[in-house]
Amino acid sequence: MRDFDYARPASLAEARRFAAEPGAMLLAGGTTLLDLAKCGVAAPVKVIDITHLEGLDAITFGAAGVHIGALAKMSHVAADAAIRENFPAVSEALWQAASAQLRNMATIGGNLLQRTRCAYFRDPLAFPACNKRDPGSGCAALGGITRNHAVLGTSKVCIATNPGDLAVVLSAFDAVVHLGERRIATDDFFLLPGMTPEREHALEPGEVITAVTIPASAAARRSTYLKVRDRQSYEFAAASAAVGMELEPDGKTIRDLRVALGGVATKPWRARDVEKALIGKPLEPEAVREASLLAMTGAAAQGDNHYKIDLAPRVVTRAIMKVGGLA
Amino acid sequence: MSKSLTLKLAVNGASHELTVEPRVTLLDALREHLGFTGSKKGCDQGQCGACTVHVDGERVLACLTLAAQVEGRAVTTIEGLTPEGADLHPVQAAFLAQDAFQCGYCTPGQIMSAVACIKEGHAGSDAEIREYMSGNLCRCGAYPHIVAAVREAKEVMS
Ligand code: FES
Ligand code: FES
Repeated sequence: MRDFDYARPASLAEARRFAAEPGAMLLAGGTTLLDLAKCGVAAPVKVIDITHLEGLDAITFGAAGVHIGALAKMSHVAADAAIRENFPAVSEALWQAASAQLRNMATIGGNLLQRTRCAYFRDPLAFPACNKRDPGSGCAALGGITRNHAVLGTSKVCIATNPGDLAVVLSAFDAVVHLGERRIATDDFFLLPGMTPEREHALEPGEVITAVTIPASAAARRSTYLKVRDRQSYEFAAASAAVGMELEPDGKTIRDLRVALGGVATKPWRARDVEKALIGKPLEPEAVREASLLAMTGAAAQGDNHYKIDLAPRVVTRAIMKVGGLA
Repeated sequence: MSKSLTLKLAVNGASHELTVEPRVTLLDALREHLGFTGSKKGCDQGQCGACTVHVDGERVLACLTLAAQVEGRAVTTIEGLTPEGADLHPVQAAFLAQDAFQCGYCTPGQIMSAVACIKEGHAGSDAEIREYMSGNLCRCGAYPHIVAAVREAKEVMS
């Protein structure tokens, strides 16, 4: 790891000022930044330690929903009783992510900014070609070992999967990312790779994530996060689904449905086609199975990852059946 | 190129002053600068848990924490789990009783993680212990005995 300057701003304003300097990077939990600095992927000139800033880690509930400070730890949010009651999928996504130690370190804001686990991206010495790391240098993943790469949202120059769990839930429930005054819907915060895979989100230099808000909804109260992976714990998703559902008073017609996928796309992937196909329809296994296939509209296999195209709709189906009380 | 930092760290109840480059991790500060070699470096990349210590009572990975980040916070390593000369901590005793290691390299991290796992209330069943201890890898594969040790310690401590 190359050495860097270290600064500990006393206020958010100062943090923003430091963060605007060329080569400056914010340090919150450090679980991504220090890891990537050791891999040789990140080489910050100056590390801005914001962990000591006060008042950015609160979890506050109001009539409209929940406001989660950017420095709240993953473990604290996962364990929060009101989160578990009103947003069970948020808690489930968080406690199925990483390990107990990492969840005590990593923050909600930092979690949104975690980088891809693409093995080519993470190994600059062995694989100099990576458009995400070094725009225009090529992509070693194309034609390589692609078991963990994306099938949705890919481009000619990048097929790296967004590894997030929480972000998938935030996308499903229309959460908003706060950058101080500026606010961005989760879906707009994350960018498709297109021809600029180095740009993964809408954060500008000098901007700091201050909070995430999630609107309260009946669907969020009845929600789950289902994560399928190569080992049972401490692993990224092979395919995952965040699902929330509200039924009509008849107890069987779907009034509201939220579906988003993880582990299969270049950004947290809202599956609106699945939602549209089922809203207003009775909750029936065959219809759910059929509609879940729409989650893969536009999917393209990149070799080894073809299994995701079969797996992901099944994960969606099972998650919908689970929140619907059918599985 | 960059300046060194002079830090005051509270480790195992005592204050230590040290001068390090900003990039020095808590793990390297503990092992190389302060002589607390109980915390182990397995992967140095947040993947094995051998470096697990407590910061303000919560288990974290010392290899992905900068020494500078923990100024003003209380760090506890395996050396500070019990006061000098005191009996073994119940988790340490349970690891011995259950023979929960072979080479022992992962053991300080396992024990620090287990102490926190029990304190968090995440040792209610074998399945829960496995889930909440999943951040601690053991190359020797002593997992069944580690689970038994955590279960035993939890009973002793409750
Ligand atoms: S040495 Fe820290 S997790 Fe492996
Ligand atoms: S006892 Fe050898 S690594 Fe766990």
